[in-house]
Amino acid sequence: MSLVGARVLRKEDPNLITGNGQYVDDLQPAGCTSMVFVRSTEAHAKIRSIDTAEALALPGVLAVWTSANIAQLANCPGGLPGLDQPLLAKDVVRFVGEGVAVVVATDRYIAADAAELIVVDYEPLPAVASLSAAMAPGAVVLHEVLGGNTVHFQDFENPLDEVFAAAPRTASLHIVNNRCAPTPIEPNVCLADWGRSGLTLWAAFQAPHHLRNTIAQYFGIPQDSTRVVAPDVGGGFGAKINFVPEFFLTALLSKEIGKPVKYTQTRSECLVAMLHGRAQEHDASVAFDNDGRILALKLTVTQDQGAYPNGTGMGLPVLTTAMAAGCYRIPAVAISWRNVVTNTTPVAAYRGAGRPEASYTIERLIDLIADETGVDPVEVRRRNFIPVDAFPYATHSPLAMYDSGNFAGALDELLKHVNYEELKKEQEKRRQDPAAKLLGIGFASWLEIAGFGPPGSLEAFGHLASWESAQVRIQPDGSAIIFTGASPHGQGTVTTYAQIAADELGIDFDRISVKHGDTAVVPQGIGTMGSRAVAVGGEGVKTASGRVYENAKRIAAHLLEASAEDIVIEDEKFFVKGTPARSVPWSEVAWKSFQPLELPGGMEPGALDSTVFQQVPNFSFPSGAYCCVVEIDRETGAVNIVNMYLVDDCGTVINPLLVEGQVHGGVAQGIAQALYEHMLYDPSGVPRTSTLMDYLVPAASDLPGYITGRINTPNPSNTLGAKGVGESGSVGAPPAVVNAVVDALSHLGVKHIDMPVTPIKVWNILEGAK
Amino acid sequence: MTIRTSITVNGKETSREVEARTLLVHYLREDLGLTGTHVGCDTSNCGACTVLLDGEAVKSCTVLAAQVHDCNITTIEGAAQADGSFSPMQEGFRQEHGLQCGYCTPGMIMASTALLAENPNPTEEEIRHALEGNLCRCTGYEMIVNAVRWAAEHPNFTSGGAK
Repeated sequence: MSLVGARVLRKEDPNLITGNGQYVDDLQPAGCTSMVFVRSTEAHAKIRSIDTAEALALPGVLAVWTSANIAQLANCPGGLPGLDQPLLAKDVVRFVGEGVAVVVATDRYIAADAAELIVVDYEPLPAVASLSAAMAPGAVVLHEVLGGNTVHFQDFENPLDEVFAAAPRTASLHIVNNRCAPTPIEPNVCLADWGRSGLTLWAAFQAPHHLRNTIAQYFGIPQDSTRVVAPDVGGGFGAKINFVPEFFLTALLSKEIGKPVKYTQTRSECLVAMLHGRAQEHDASVAFDNDGRILALKLTVTQDQGAYPNGTGMGLPVLTTAMAAGCYRIPAVAISWRNVVTNTTPVAAYRGAGRPEASYTIERLIDLIADETGVDPVEVRRRNFIPVDAFPYATHSPLAMYDSGNFAGALDELLKHVNYEELKKEQEKRRQDPAAKLLGIGFASWLEIAGFGPPGSLEAFGHLASWESAQVRIQPDGSAIIFTGASPHGQGTVTTYAQIAADELGIDFDRISVKHGDTAVVPQGIGTMGSRAVAVGGEGVKTASGRVYENAKRIAAHLLEASAEDIVIEDEKFFVKGTPARSVPWSEVAWKSFQPLELPGGMEPGALDSTVFQQVPNFSFPSGAYCCVVEIDRETGAVNIVNMYLVDDCGTVINPLLVEGQVHGGVAQGIAQALYEHMLYDPSGVPRTSTLMDYLVPAASDLPGYITGRINTPNPSNTLGAKGVGESGSVGAPPAVVNAVVDALSHLGVKHIDMPVTPIKVWNILEGAK
Repeated sequence: MTIRTSITVNGKETSREVEARTLLVHYLREDLGLTGTHVGCDTSNCGACTVLLDGEAVKSCTVLAAQVHDCNITTIEGAAQADGSFSPMQEGFRQEHGLQCGYCTPGMIMASTALLAENPNPTEEEIRHALEGNLCRCTGYEMIVNAVRWAAEHPNFTSGGAK
């Protein structure tokens, strides 16, 4: 029986449900010390002085550092030259949360006490806390070298003025894609131990080899004695692939004081120091005919980079504009983007990274076209879908060569679950009844770019390469260990990879282990991000397993005095097809694979060990159709999701249970962005949502149940056919939710509401209509 | 100022001289090495640190070790059955994929265990309400609700000692 496609329970769980997981903060090596930050309370200020005397005098304090202690060191890697963030602020701070000083003490209570004793004297400067403030004439400049606050502006190649002038109809929206804080429940944690035999850094990170490469380069130390370990990691969502000063400071301080140094971020720090996501504003225009057929699309993305732009943040508007047209055939598309710095936390990848922003805007525009033309939103989608026979489909962007999909098929599947005509009648009925809650139905036919990626794609974000490594090693007893460069943090990769390998090797699932997250154990690796762990890393496991299996068959054939092409396997026994009575077990093949006298001619010991650096020729393109049904309380403006219907096309499913979990989790974060979460700053740059009391991560009582369905168009870029599913929900959910809310209020002339759709926003609309 | 505190943790007597301000969660994690109880916030919102105090769910980041002198604490390390089998709640989380990264899971399991002790057959709505103080960023909660239902439906689950 094939395990690929089976609902297999996770290998990860027994440790995690018994308290035997091992997260970085659980490690307490002998002599371990604790590092605590003093972070800027000012959004923009000159540092006049820092008084550390009292802190240094506190018993138990081992070191207090400011930028003066590391003046000779380069800034934090990952930034743009000249605009990068110092490890500790030098002379000026540019956002609330920027590190100003660090204390190391024998325990975390003393370190926190000492941090309280440090006095920083600031000379406040004017701050720009929004895109409009940063771009206003005469705005204070964050980085003098830029001369302004725009880091980069990419103009339209052709603004399509003539197409828009000649179109029967046009419509435009200004859309704010709200800034979100990724908020994994485990904040950033790292532990450095830099002794005579080298540097070991344990880090809550999604890409340990990436960090190893960078930290060794930064310190000019050889990689043979630089080890990075990402043990159990408590969620990442893209935020744990960024280089932050914590990693470099714990390492330096460990070397300085000769003891392990641990940094455990508090939640309040995490909300301002862990990089944020989204934070885009869109100016979008669409030209269309009276039947709702789209003639042209024009999109300008303005990306808030926060105080220090980084490579990933700069890539966000590139991905957004590449995916601007969604799953629609649009004859003319014009894109433009601008990156701007503000006195806020820097911005980078957050689940979906640029693609949720794209799908949100195109799906809002589709509903706007429906509203303008009177054509049903479902029908507008159908009239504009790229048909199934059009793949491969070249878009306006060289990045996005769509390779597969069935957008109409996903919508058809969705409508089997949604009683759309009944809901529309119910909506009308309720509008006539002032005592009834308003009903709204919202659709999103979404498409994303995932499976990062073809050669060159991740290199553009500073990674070594875009392959993923897989080593399949048969042990002498016939069990198998998979080593992977993917570095999971909740995805269930240990389980899915064992499923893939079990099918390819013919070895029992229970006798396959998967090792990850340690650069001293896994030969090389890239990491888990961009929905790549199965589409690239899983494909690597399949390739390497296949190579091992071919050699195992040769050994078995030799032992059975048969020809390798006649060998088959069943229940871990190799035999000649048709004669199962005479067989050789996997354990014997494995054992003898290490004994030169037992091997077929030309084969060396170690033949059952294969390492693959799996490449893929293209990105993958997961897609789907979602429908959200909301009720709105006319008295309070509160939005309640009644039903959330989700049809995904992630290609081949390795484990339906885990795919379901990924969809739910992504959708939950998408609903959270649509209804609850917003990292807010006041005009002076002070964050107003810097604790979990103010930043609304939804609880179980805030979210609905989910009704899921699936179609499958296999990914043509790998033999598994899998596309990736980690980010899909966060791409598809926000437009479905907001389209539903706007639909509920459309009879009041509402065309758009920016996220998050809070009760007060809705209440103001309802009051205004009275 | 230090203070002598004696706490029964997972059925075992423990006694330490602690600073008066020592949080129970730090006592468990750092003094006793019971690192299954996690810290996810600093405002008592996330519930990752939930343990049972004399059978009731509490957030151990909001309790001082000295406050629970002479009390009984159960952590995730003490959640399994006497023969070593997973508890019905632990098994429910496994069966229903009620966890992904696992960081919130110990707190979720302890809070859910306390719920079933009080209400052995909760509805979906009651489960969602009872777990309001526990945040999960991975699952979207539906499978956590299913996990709690699984436990409610299998109160006599045992794996016969298999762990």
